[in-house]
Amino acid sequence: MKQEFTITVYTENHIGLLNRIAIMFSRRKINIESLNTSPSEVEGIHRFTIVINEVEEVVKKLIRQIEKQVEVLKAYYNTNEEIVWQELALYKVSTDKVIEDIKVERLLRQYGARAVVIRKDYTVFETSGHREEIDTLTEVLGELGLIEFVRSARVAIINESKGFHEKLREFEEEKPGTELVENEFLDKQEEVFSM
Amino acid sequence: MSSATEAMKAKKPESKETSTQPKAQTSITGSVAVLEALIAEGVTDFFGYPGGAIMPIYDALYDYPDSLNHILVRHEQGGIHAAQGYARTSGKVGVVFATSGPGATNLVTGLADAQIDSTPLVCVTGQVFAHLLGTDAFQETDVINITTPVTKWNYQVTDATEIPGVMAKAFYIARSGRPGPVLIDITKNAQIQKFDYEGYTPCTHIRSYRPKPIVRKEYIAEAAKLINEAKQPFVLFGQGVILGGAEKEFKSFIEKSGIPAASTALGLGALHTDHPLYTGMLGMHGNYGPNVLTNECDILIAVGMRFDDRVTGRLDKYAKQAKVIHLDIDPAEIDKNVPATVPVWGDCKETLPLLTRAIEKKEHTDWVNRFRDMRKEEEEVVIYNEMHPVSDIMTMGEVLNVLNELTAGDAVIVTDVGQHQMITCRYAKFNKTRSNVTSGGLGTMGFALPAAIGAKVGAKERPVIAIIGDGGFQMTLQELGTIMQFSIDVKIIILNNEFLGMVRQWQQLFHDKRYSFVNITSPDFVMVAKGYGIAGKSIKTREGLKSALEEMLNHKGSYLLEVMVGKENNVFPMVPQGCGVSEIRLK
Repeated sequence: MKQEFTITVYTENHIGLLNRIAIMFSRRKINIESLNTSPSEVEGIHRFTIVINEVEEVVKKLIRQIEKQVEVLKAYYNTNEEIVWQELALYKVSTDKVIEDIKVERLLRQYGARAVVIRKDYTVFETSGHREEIDTLTEVLGELGLIEFVRSARVAIINESKGFHEKLREFEEEKPGTELVENEFLDKQEEVFSM
Repeated sequence: MSSATEAMKAKKPESKETSTQPKAQTSITGSVAVLEALIAEGVTDFFGYPGGAIMPIYDALYDYPDSLNHILVRHEQGGIHAAQGYARTSGKVGVVFATSGPGATNLVTGLADAQIDSTPLVCVTGQVFAHLLGTDAFQETDVINITTPVTKWNYQVTDATEIPGVMAKAFYIARSGRPGPVLIDITKNAQIQKFDYEGYTPCTHIRSYRPKPIVRKEYIAEAAKLINEAKQPFVLFGQGVILGGAEKEFKSFIEKSGIPAASTALGLGALHTDHPLYTGMLGMHGNYGPNVLTNECDILIAVGMRFDDRVTGRLDKYAKQAKVIHLDIDPAEIDKNVPATVPVWGDCKETLPLLTRAIEKKEHTDWVNRFRDMRKEEEEVVIYNEMHPVSDIMTMGEVLNVLNELTAGDAVIVTDVGQHQMITCRYAKFNKTRSNVTSGGLGTMGFALPAAIGAKVGAKERPVIAIIGDGGFQMTLQELGTIMQFSIDVKIIILNNEFLGMVRQWQQLFHDKRYSFVNITSPDFVMVAKGYGIAGKSIKTREGLKSALEEMLNHKGSYLLEVMVGKENNVFPMVPQGCGVSEIRLK
C-alpha cells in the first residue's frame, strides 16, 4: 500500500547532486511531494529531506540506488510515525481585513501564527506545523481574502537517529567498521533505524 | 597503406621531448595536467576526436607522441565504443576524448552502454570558456546534466588546479567497485590556465563512496549451509566474475561443489565453454536445460549477475521453488529483481574462496546428467539443423561452427546486436576470459566495429574477430577509416541476411509476419572495404566457407568477409516475452 515516506539523504555539498538525486525519482515516475536541502548537524555535510508517496518495497530499492551515488554518504527512509516534522507557511492578508474582522485574529492565534511584517496595506503572518494544519488555515484565510500564500518543504528529524557525527568518522576511515554496513537481512530491524 | 603510414608519420612532431615529467617543474597548463594524469594512471592507448573546445588538450598531446598513443576515430560514438572494447579485453580503464557540444553528445550512447554493462571508462570532454557557460555559446551543451543518468560520476572542471585531483578521482571511481563510466568536462579556460603543479597523487579513498561492501562471514556460513544441504543446486554467473578477476576462484568453487553452471551473455568466457560443468547460456535465446532447470533447482546461486529481464523472463514464474544465494559487489542489485534468501555482499574475488572453503566436496551426477539430457534434446531439435542445414542456404550457426574449428576458442569475438549476436553467444567457443565483447544491457547496434578496434588495441597479441549483421555494420562503418589509418588488424565477418533479422523474427512470430521496415538493402561491402584499403570477399555457398574463413584468419592485417546467410532463419530456442523461463520454445 502506498503511504507517505520521508527520505533523509546525507551528501557532500556538490553542484549537480540535486539533479542526480532528483532524476532517480523522475526516472521511476515517482512524484516528489516535497524536497528540502539544507546543512546538517555535521559541518560540510548536506541533508536532503524528500517526501514521496510509495510502497515500502519501492522505497527500499530506491534508497539503495540513492546510496550508490558516489557523493551520497547515507540515505534513510521513515514513516511519519518515526519522525518529527514541520512545514512553514507565510500568508499575506490585508491589514484592514485583520483590523476589521475579529475572526482573523482569533484564527491566527488558534493556529499559532505570528505577524512577521505589519504594514498599512498588508500584514504577513507565519505559521509552522503539519501539512493538514497549514491547509486548514489556508482554507479559512482564503475565504477572508488571502493575497499571497507560500508553504515550505517538509523538514524532519528522525526520532531514533543519533545524528551523523559518528557515522561520518567511520566514513572517513579507509577501512570502515562492520557497523557501517547495516542491513535488514542480518541485523534486527529494531536495532537499526533505517535499512 | 602507404598513405596511411605517411599520415601517421606526419602526425609525429620532430621534437624528441617525451616527458612523463611535466615540462616546467612548477607551472604547467591544465591540458598538460590532463595528459600527465593519463600517464600516471598507466594509460598507453586511447581514442578521441578533436574540436574547438578541446584544442588546448590536443595541442599539448602533440608533445607526447611516444608515451601516449592516441587513435583518431571517425565519430565520437566510435571513439567511446572503441574505449569500451579496449576496457573489456585489457581490463584497464578505457579513455576517450571529445570536444564540446556535438562531440560530447555523440558519446551518450556509449556512456549508457558502459553504464549498464559496468565498463570502466574515463571520458574527457572540452567545454566552452567558463564565462560563456549558459549563454548558448557556439558548441555549448549542458553535458554534465545530459550525462548524469548515464555516468557513474561526472564533474565539470572550470579551474586548472582541480585537474590532478579530479582526474585521480575519475580513474578511481571508474575502475573500483562495480566499474562504470566517468565523464570529466573541462572548460577551455581551465585547459589553457597555468598553475603550480605538485605532482600526481592517485586517489584511494573518497569518504562518500564505498566501492566494496564488507564481507560478512555470517552470510558465507549461511550460504555454505544451504549449498551443503542442496540436492539440485544451480549456479548462474555473469560478468562480475570477469570484472572481479575471479575466474580461477569461480572454477575452484564450481569444481569443489560439483554444481552445474550457466552463463549470462556477458559472463561468457569466465568459465571455459568446454568445461564439463558448463551447461550453456541463460535467457531468452539461451540453452534449453539452463532455462528449464532454473525452475527445478532447489538452490540458485547467482554470482556477479543482475537478473536482467532477458535472463529471467517473467519474474513471477522465475525460480519460485528455489532459495536464492546472490553474490554481488553492488548492494543495490540484491533483491532488485529476484529476492535473495542469502545475500553475499562483496567482491566475488574475496567471497568465492571463503565459500569454497566452507562447502563440502560433492558431485551431483544425476542432476548434471539432466542438463546433459536436455542438451541432447536441444541438439536434436535445434543445434543439429543449425550446424548441418539440409538446404543449400547457409545458416549463421554453421559459420560459427567452422570458425570454432579454426580458432579453437582462442579468439576475441566482438559482436553487434541481433540474431548474429545471439547465435554467436550460443555457439562460439571461449577458452579464455575477456574474449566475448558484446553490447549486453543496452543492445547497441553499431557497437561491434568500433569496439573491435578497441578490443584489438587492448589485446594486441590476440586475434580479434568482429561478427556483425548487415544492419549494425551500416550504423558505424565509418570506423573502417580508423582501421585503415592505424593498420588495426581486425577480422570482420558480416552475416548478411538482408533483413534486420531479430526484429523480423519477432514480426514473424508475434506480429503476423507484418514485415514493417525490416527489409534493408546494403552496399557492396567488399567494395566499401576496398575503398578503405581493406581486403575482403563475399561468399554465398557452403563450399567456400571454410577456405574463406581460413583466408581471412591467415590474412595479414584487417579483412572483411561477407557471408550471405538464410534470409528468414530464426534464433531458437526462445523464451517469448511475457513467458517464464521454463516455457522456452525449441521451435
